[in-house]
Amino acid sequence: MLEIRDLYASINGKEILKGINLTVNPGEIHALMGQNGAGKSTLSNVLVGNPAYEVTSGTVMFNGKNLLEMSPEDRAHEGLFLSFQHPVEIPGVSMVNFMRAAINAKRKYHQQEPMSAADFLKMMREKRKVVELDSKLANRSVNEGFSGGEKKRNEIFQMAMLEPTLSILDETDSGLDVDALRIVAEGFNKLRTPETSALVITHYQRLLDYLKPDVVHVLMNGRIVKTGGPELAMEIENKGFDWIKEEID
Amino acid sequence: MLHSSLWIYKNRMNNREERQNNTNGKKPNSDKKNKFVREVAEKKYEYGFTTDVQTEIIDKGLNEEVVRLISAKKEEPEWMLEFRLKAFRYWLTQEQPDWAHLKMPEIDYQAISYYADPTKGMKKDGPKSLDEIDPELMKTFDKLGIPLEERLALSGTAVDAVMDSVSVKTTFKEKLSERGIIFCSISEAVREYPDLVRRYLGSVVPYRDNYFAALNSAVFSDGSFVYIPKGVRCPMELSTYFRINARNTGQFERTLIVCDDGGYVSYLEGCTAPMRDENQLHAAIVEIVVNENAEVKYSTVQNWYPGDAEGKGGVLNLVTKRGHLRGANSKLSWTQVETGSAITWKYPSCVLSGDNSQAEFYSVAVTNNYQQADTGTKMIHLGRNTKSTIISKGISAGKSQNSYRGLVRVAPNADGARNYSSCDSLLLGSECGAHTFPYMDVHNDTAIVEHEATTSKISEEQLFYCNQRGIPTEEAVGLIVNGYAKEVINKLPMEFAVEAQKLLSVSLEGTVG
Amino acid sequence: MKSEQQYIDIFTDCRGMIDQHSGGALNTLRDEAFASFARLGFPTGKVERYKYTDVPAAFEPDYGLNFKRLEFPVNPYEAFRCDVPNLSTSLYFVVNDSFYDKALPAVTLPEGVIVCSLKEAATKHADKVTDYYGKAANVSGDALTALNTMFAQDGLFVYVPRKVVVERPIQVVNISRSDVDLMVNRRVLVVMEEGAQARLLFCDHTVDEHRFLTTQVVEVFAKENAHLELYELEETHVKNTRFSNVYIHQERDSVVSHYGITLHNGTTRNLTDVVMKGENATTNLYGLVIADKQQKVDNNTLIDHAAEYSMSNQLYKYVLDEKSQGAFAGRILVRQGAQHTVSNERNANLCATKEARMFTQPMLEIYADDVKCSHGATVGQMDEQALFYMRQRGISLDEARMLLKFAFAGEVVEAIGLEALRDRLRHLIEKRFRGELGRCSGCAVCG
Repeated sequence: MLEIRDLYASINGKEILKGINLTVNPGEIHALMGQNGAGKSTLSNVLVGNPAYEVTSGTVMFNGKNLLEMSPEDRAHEGLFLSFQHPVEIPGVSMVNFMRAAINAKRKYHQQEPMSAADFLKMMREKRKVVELDSKLANRSVNEGFSGGEKKRNEIFQMAMLEPTLSILDETDSGLDVDALRIVAEGFNKLRTPETSALVITHYQRLLDYLKPDVVHVLMNGRIVKTGGPELAMEIENKGFDWIKEEID
Repeated sequence: MLHSSLWIYKNRMNNREERQNNTNGKKPNSDKKNKFVREVAEKKYEYGFTTDVQTEIIDKGLNEEVVRLISAKKEEPEWMLEFRLKAFRYWLTQEQPDWAHLKMPEIDYQAISYYADPTKGMKKDGPKSLDEIDPELMKTFDKLGIPLEERLALSGTAVDAVMDSVSVKTTFKEKLSERGIIFCSISEAVREYPDLVRRYLGSVVPYRDNYFAALNSAVFSDGSFVYIPKGVRCPMELSTYFRINARNTGQFERTLIVCDDGGYVSYLEGCTAPMRDENQLHAAIVEIVVNENAEVKYSTVQNWYPGDAEGKGGVLNLVTKRGHLRGANSKLSWTQVETGSAITWKYPSCVLSGDNSQAEFYSVAVTNNYQQADTGTKMIHLGRNTKSTIISKGISAGKSQNSYRGLVRVAPNADGARNYSSCDSLLLGSECGAHTFPYMDVHNDTAIVEHEATTSKISEEQLFYCNQRGIPTEEAVGLIVNGYAKEVINKLPMEFAVEAQKLLSVSLEGTVG
Repeated sequence: MKSEQQYIDIFTDCRGMIDQHSGGALNTLRDEAFASFARLGFPTGKVERYKYTDVPAAFEPDYGLNFKRLEFPVNPYEAFRCDVPNLSTSLYFVVNDSFYDKALPAVTLPEGVIVCSLKEAATKHADKVTDYYGKAANVSGDALTALNTMFAQDGLFVYVPRKVVVERPIQVVNISRSDVDLMVNRRVLVVMEEGAQARLLFCDHTVDEHRFLTTQVVEVFAKENAHLELYELEETHVKNTRFSNVYIHQERDSVVSHYGITLHNGTTRNLTDVVMKGENATTNLYGLVIADKQQKVDNNTLIDHAAEYSMSNQLYKYVLDEKSQGAFAGRILVRQGAQHTVSNERNANLCATKEARMFTQPMLEIYADDVKCSHGATVGQMDEQALFYMRQRGISLDEARMLLKFAFAGEVVEAIGLEALRDRLRHLIEKRFRGELGRCSGCAVCG
């Protein structure tokens, strides 16, 4: 599904990713762990095409298509979703209008008719339940005045609406209390199918307890330095990252 | 080929690099920097067609004879002619004001025709039935979405349709008159209800008020007259639709609304003009009298032709609008969505004389390409416990200049006056300007007057968030702009609100910045 | 042109005398200034920046002018007792518009730092003065700057060389002292070279009951990375009229903070124009006005953001009692290309009586899109609930009002960098609100 080969990327002229290789197959959940500044968020931003980042070399194929040549919105239409670490507030734009624009843009891309208002609202109602978001949400502006937990739940709600095939969760667990984390993680699990995959960026084991990754990668200084099974995450939780550093030195 | 929005991003990235270089002491390359703004597409003006209809146009030029001729054509009584002549003589002594933040093209007042009548082919007193209206005219208003056949009308809206200098047709007149409501063209009112008109015309905006008010008072052609009797709530929205068609003519509309004690009316105004290379002059006056316990809502969606992408042509919209809240507990609300005109010079104002009176001004002004707007309001607090609210949202794009100018004055006796003003500007592109000039004059210690203003742009983070959800940049801008203007749009009646939203998006097409 | 004529006449008649008792660069600009003044005349209420002060009326009365530089008998140390306790300064005096060189401070300034008479500097440091004099204060646009340039014969010159840090604040006391009604035209030139750092404190006092009309033009040049704090404290009497035009030019990375405090006055009109020519410069303007009787205070500012990444803050607060009148007009101009400008402007006003009147006009003029600009203005009265709350706790209404006014003014005082001055001002403001500062606190005559 996702094939990253020798990916180099930089921001403001500073090289952050220094040769990433990563393959994600349908149905798999990959966890990406690493310390601050290792390049985790850079990788997620590069994948979704954030213009602040520049890809200097390498390829990324997504379902056989060259991802790096696509605009950010086309990447979204192709099924790529990023749950932002810091979702931006868009004052005055209601969630309903926002989501309808997103859904219909996707449908247009796939040459489908726009969704009727009734169907759309029904869909909103159903998907809301996934993350226990209250009904007032529809009238609120995108992320405006949302608490930290609400913002993250809102991200998962949008994921439910847009039904991506590959979701990237960028530190979706940071700043969440135990209950909020459970809601977000269980919401995410409800949305899983054998075809959908995820790349989960996190510092903590807690989220991974819920999501049960198939593969765990450790990112250090812009490269994946170690790959293993779920036990690797446990080991990092217990011992930190230093032992890996020593290993590669 | 890269997707167009990607191309835009690329340029943004260049910007970022430049900023970086810049801190290293290099000078920014402004040319490169603004490259993406050059993408600005010519905005589409849907209403730019002309109507081929037999129109009587008087010779160009302005002198006392012309004023007399207009009055004669309208078969006005002597007092009306006197009013016009006094205004004209005063106008001659005045100079065009230049205090606004506008680069005004020179107006040759002698190169304009002051009267154009597209109903020439019809009967003198106006058409008695639809059959008498030139089918071309009917078609024009249909095309503009203003059906003159009552059965086709928007539910619950009565329309006065004015083309050039003459009212073509007023709908639902009979139905309204059952409740004592008068809704007709001002020309008709001068003939039919001289006492009412004489009593109120010029009482809110005297002809000496300003240069353009004097001009309008001398040569005003048509417009609407509304009278709401005591205790009557007008059962439908009243609206006037203004259309400039003829070439080299000015439109000088005059609207007078009187809402008597305890009455209520919601009034809408819309306007369009054909695309012409030369500037067209539109100098209007709207006067509103609000008596005790009465309430008037006045909404405008102004979409005069703004000129082309190079700034050629377009309507010069120089308008004096004022309401006098004469009675206690009276209410007046101005809502305007200004997207058209090459130049807008307009300050719908309120004089709050009645105790406990309340006034509002809600405005969205969009400028694109070479448009210039200097608009705002005046709130003059005279009575006790008066309250006013000003919400202004300016959106500038292209090479346009957009200014808010407003005055809040609290007189010494206006105890307990309260004003809140909020003026926000949104800039799309680095070649436009957004300006705020509020004036506050408080002469009373019990007053509370607050003003705040912010300037912002659409952030790259917001656009990218939308992109990541699959919404293309162009559409994202439309969404965000409409969200920004929502507070004002929500004040409009439903049909107008939808129209206004569309207009906002169309006006800003291609201005991603 | 009635008011103007007497100034045109006196300039024409006394030109020789003016030149003779001045020197250098000061004399070279007079012709240009005169031509400009003759063209402009005094600004009327129709001139946007002078809407709120009646200039022609202020210049109408007959004032004496001391072109011959006659010395007024004065011992400034005796006349002036308004020292700021615990603040150790290098203290200088300017009597009317003459630099007082009879009693210079014993302290030595860092090497290369000049604080002296402008007249003297015009010959002794001619190169420096010529390079800057009249360069920020353009005579063609402002009639009062033109008028000052026509008549100014002396004043103060401050020069801080490259990378020199002046630790001890430089305090300059302007004393108005005369036996007749007097017009004073004071000129100040401050040059802060690259990386220089200094704090300047100007205190204006009147020590006579006569009427004074002061025009002042201050030019400040802050070079790359220069830091300047400029304090102006006016404590004059009701028969004093002050027109002060301050022009500040800032190069990249410089930081200039200006504090204008009007504690007691007659009619005051302060103009502060800042041009941020270099990127990443910072400007802070603070103003505090306490007025009663029929005092008038008009502050007019313009901050011209002409380069990228510049930042400005403005905070002006007015407490207006009795029949006083306040005006604030602040214009922020962000030029095309001045991206990443951050600009804030706030004006808050308390009107304590029905007769007090406040005009406020905050303006934003923006030609760049990537900026953060905001302004706000409020006019209001004291919080009734807070007053009641205090009274319920046994505080008298007057005391409660005083506390609230003090708290209101406090915001500006807290922004002052000089701690000793902050303490002194708290004290003065409290006295002022208690009515104990009926005139001028520190002068011999009011003492």
